Amino acid sequence: MFFHVPDPIIRLSDLKLTLPSVAGEVNILRGLSLDIEEGEAVGLVGPSGSGKSTLLMVLAGLEKPSSGSVQVAGQDMGTMNEDGLALFRRDHVGIVFQSFHLVPTMTALENVAVPMELAGRADAFQRAEEELKMVGLSHRLTHYPGQLSGGEQQRVALARAVAGDPQILLADEPTGNLDGATGDQIIDLMFDLHDKRGTTLVLITHDNQLAEACDRVVRLKDGLIDGVAPGRRALQRSVAQ
Amino acid sequence: MSGANPPLSLAFKFARRELRGGLTGFRVFLACLTLGVAAIAAVGSVSSALVEGLSQEGQTILGGDVDFRLVHREAGAEEIAFISQGTAVSKSAEMRAMAASLRTDERTLVELKSVDDLYPLYGSIALTPSMNFGDALAMRDGVWGTAVEPALVDRLEVEIGDVLQVGEIDVQIRAIVEHEPDRVAGGFALGPRLFLSDDAMAATGLIRLGSLVNYHYRVRLPEGQRLNADVAAWVASVRENLPDAGWRIQDRSDSAPGVRRFVERVALFLTLVGLTALVVGGVGVGNAVNSYLDTKRDVIATFKCIGAPGGFIFNVYLIQVMALAIVGVVLGLVLGGITPFVVQWAIEDMLPIPARFALYPAPLVLAAGYGLLAALAFAIWPLARAREISATGLFRDLVAPARALPRKRYIVSMVLALFLLAGLAIGLADRMDFAFWFIVGALASFVGLRFTAMGLMALARRAPRFKSPELRLALSNLHRPGSATASVVLSLGLGLTLLVTISLIDGNLSEQINGELPDRAPSFFFVDIGPDQVDGFESIVHEAGGVRELNRVPMLRGRVMSVGGVDAKDIKPAADVAWMLQGDRGITYAADLPAGSELVQGDWWGPENETGSLISITEEMARGFDIALGDEITVNVLGRNISATVANTRNVDWGNVGINFIFVFSPAALQGAPHTNLATLVMDEAGELDLQRAVSKAYPNITIVRVKEALEAVNKLLEDFAMAVRATSVVTLASGIIVLAGAMAAGHRRRVYDAVVLKVLGATRAKILKAYVWEYALLGLGTALVAAFAGTVSAWLVVTQVMEAPWAFLPATLSVTIVSATVVTVALGLVGTWNALSAKAALVLRAQ
Repeated sequence: MFFHVPDPIIRLSDLKLTLPSVAGEVNILRGLSLDIEEGEAVGLVGPSGSGKSTLLMVLAGLEKPSSGSVQVAGQDMGTMNEDGLALFRRDHVGIVFQSFHLVPTMTALENVAVPMELAGRADAFQRAEEELKMVGLSHRLTHYPGQLSGGEQQRVALARAVAGDPQILLADEPTGNLDGATGDQIIDLMFDLHDKRGTTLVLITHDNQLAEACDRVVRLKDGLIDGVAPGRRALQRSVAQ
Repeated sequence: MSGANPPLSLAFKFARRELRGGLTGFRVFLACLTLGVAAIAAVGSVSSALVEGLSQEGQTILGGDVDFRLVHREAGAEEIAFISQGTAVSKSAEMRAMAASLRTDERTLVELKSVDDLYPLYGSIALTPSMNFGDALAMRDGVWGTAVEPALVDRLEVEIGDVLQVGEIDVQIRAIVEHEPDRVAGGFALGPRLFLSDDAMAATGLIRLGSLVNYHYRVRLPEGQRLNADVAAWVASVRENLPDAGWRIQDRSDSAPGVRRFVERVALFLTLVGLTALVVGGVGVGNAVNSYLDTKRDVIATFKCIGAPGGFIFNVYLIQVMALAIVGVVLGLVLGGITPFVVQWAIEDMLPIPARFALYPAPLVLAAGYGLLAALAFAIWPLARAREISATGLFRDLVAPARALPRKRYIVSMVLALFLLAGLAIGLADRMDFAFWFIVGALASFVGLRFTAMGLMALARRAPRFKSPELRLALSNLHRPGSATASVVLSLGLGLTLLVTISLIDGNLSEQINGELPDRAPSFFFVDIGPDQVDGFESIVHEAGGVRELNRVPMLRGRVMSVGGVDAKDIKPAADVAWMLQGDRGITYAADLPAGSELVQGDWWGPENETGSLISITEEMARGFDIALGDEITVNVLGRNISATVANTRNVDWGNVGINFIFVFSPAALQGAPHTNLATLVMDEAGELDLQRAVSKAYPNITIVRVKEALEAVNKLLEDFAMAVRATSVVTLASGIIVLAGAMAAGHRRRVYDAVVLKVLGATRAKILKAYVWEYALLGLGTALVAAFAGTVSAWLVVTQVMEAPWAFLPATLSVTIVSATVVTVALGLVGTWNALSAKAALVLRAQ
């Protein structure tokens, strides 16, 4: 009897990225290969300059690799142009940044509704309201980012990232600008959403403990994978099995 | 610790340190101020050059130190003897007449001028070919000579040597007049100039009793007595010794008052337009100061944290802003100051009046004052707000604008600066009422546009959620905190309102002259039809084909001597009717109420009133001079005083271009007074030239004004004027566009960031572009619609209330304005956001 082994939702092969600089070329990613399964939570850790954020940019289609291939959700991102990548993100990817990156001139509700509006969803605002309620911000719908605390802004960003039910959630140090307690709330919320919706989570962090809360921990160093280890979740799952 | 501000010297020191950082972000600030100041300085400098030219060349323009003008009659021997004592007196006669070419059989109306041997007393006449002026006009082989303007040569298709018929004599063209020194003082000309000698004029037979002839006696005072004070004293002695001469006396200190007034009023209007440009630019100044302070928030917050009081911070940044304002003003003054020299280089030969091109300090000082006051008025608000907001509040102003108003003293300072600006403009205007209403209009538009911006934002906020995300995004961008809506509506709106107003007034006047007037106006005016020529004239007209209507009335010229027993020189009439007392006016008599008149007070005299000396005047005159029925008016006709009792008042429709007079006497009042006739004729255009030829051949003394040609002359004058006005109003629009571009540029960083975040969230470039197009189109369209409305109301007020002309709605002019404004806004907006669309997302996100 044969088991069907599904293709990974993210497949990176021999990924290289070189950027020009005044001091000469800088090799940020140097032949990195990685598969991530659908529904998996992967923590990416590594020292500053190891290429974590760049890798996330490449996964989001915001940065083009110099060579190698990036396959996400069954599609080769190397064949897509800028607008194709935008549409791809709209339909498949949600991103949470360390600096939130909310549109400062839009209310919380509008910020969350934007991707769904872009997708032409008639229920964009209704859905956005539900998402904000889910992250505990139903009382902040008409507030502008500048009127919200850092934790609240990150919750809005999280609601925006998951509102369109993306297959993949990319989070770039989502607690980097928050205090410990607020950061914990955000992480709990994020894992909760990941669990409930089965979203694939790629979490970049400096915090080893946080990374270990994932299914797998991928350690980067100098643009290459320095090591892969199972996280607490995988261990808990295997114990449970 | 004392709460007092640190000394001003420290504020200067801090300001200097801050300015070391450069002038980034102040391009719009400088451009706005420079443009406004340059426009005002240029208008002031050029008009000073023209007025100074008129003043310096007064003797030449007037043709003497003093000019005595008499209508209808020559000066008496006693009068000539008095003004000739120790002086040189040159006599000339001017009238309109017909000239016909014997070779080409073409005819035209000419401005006839006869001169004596002393002409010109000042300046010189330039002839082609160069020859002695006396020789050009002298009789040679039994034929008088003439010198004519080039326009006559073109119109009659003649050349030097050809013979023309003028009245009853033939004259030979000997020379072309390239320059006539006293042409400007002659005023508006319906035809080209034709010179004759005194004797030739007498021989034409054109001067008959009652003919409309102006006699000029120009006097050159002895050397050493030509200072203005001497001239004035001499004129006073003439007035004292010959009080009843009835002549109009002008001296060289104001040689062409009509032209001077025209120059000054055009300059006033253009200065006000320049001031509007400065106010529009003020919006840009305010925006630039706001943006500058935006970049200085951290610095201000730091200053506050380390103990700098708000007043000190205000001073530090006010000093910086005013230092930059001085730079902008100086640039504007340089541009404005050199404009007269550019005008001299470019069009001096085309100017109808002499100009003295030089550097005039007065208009430059005034322009500098306007510029600095405008900068101050518009910078105070953002500076005072930055001073009021707490350090933490400074960081949040973008999304939660502080509601706090600046302290009272700053608001008062701002209002004071604005009042000073308006007061200066009104106080220095020779027509204060005009300046006042212009400023009221501009202020009303400014406030109206501010409310429009608020309304537009409120509408966008309350708009239903459209299905199209691009449209929704555009609407949201219109009302969001920090949006450019208010700046754009104000800056573009004010310039557009002015342009719409001017275009519609100009369009209405053109419509009158080119559209309605020709339809309603007669084909011809015939002036100076002698009583013995009436029958012959009418039979020629009736024999011609295509004649539809002929009207004829007796016409005399008369000067008002007294009203209600008060001497004319002691009357203080309302400003709009004062002209009725100046010089000779046309008068007539009639048994029946003239067509185009409507009785307002009193009754028309019936045929039974055969002996009563009665007069009918216009209601406008009755009101302006406070005349009641039963009052007596005395008019001097050909040296005889005729008194009549006011029997009624009329409203006259002057717009029908028919025959109408302010003064209509009862037939009995003017019985026996020598008069000529004035006739109007409506006929098919095809027969006009033949009829003109026939009348002119039979009665060379009758002056024929072909309305079509006269309207063309008026149209030409109007076109030149409209061109100057439009050119200046474009300055306002240019200022608006600079502010608009500045407002767009100020939001550029935010646009780039928004575009990148939207891309991250899945928006394609086309979608983002579409959203921006929607936003700018809505903004441009909204502004243009309001400007079209405000401009239409202003133009309607000017046309119907000031000019008392019929109003024509001109949808084409409005449509062009609306479409152009929308296109310009979209284009400028997209130029600014193009970079935003192509920005690399990763770079922008990393930089945040």
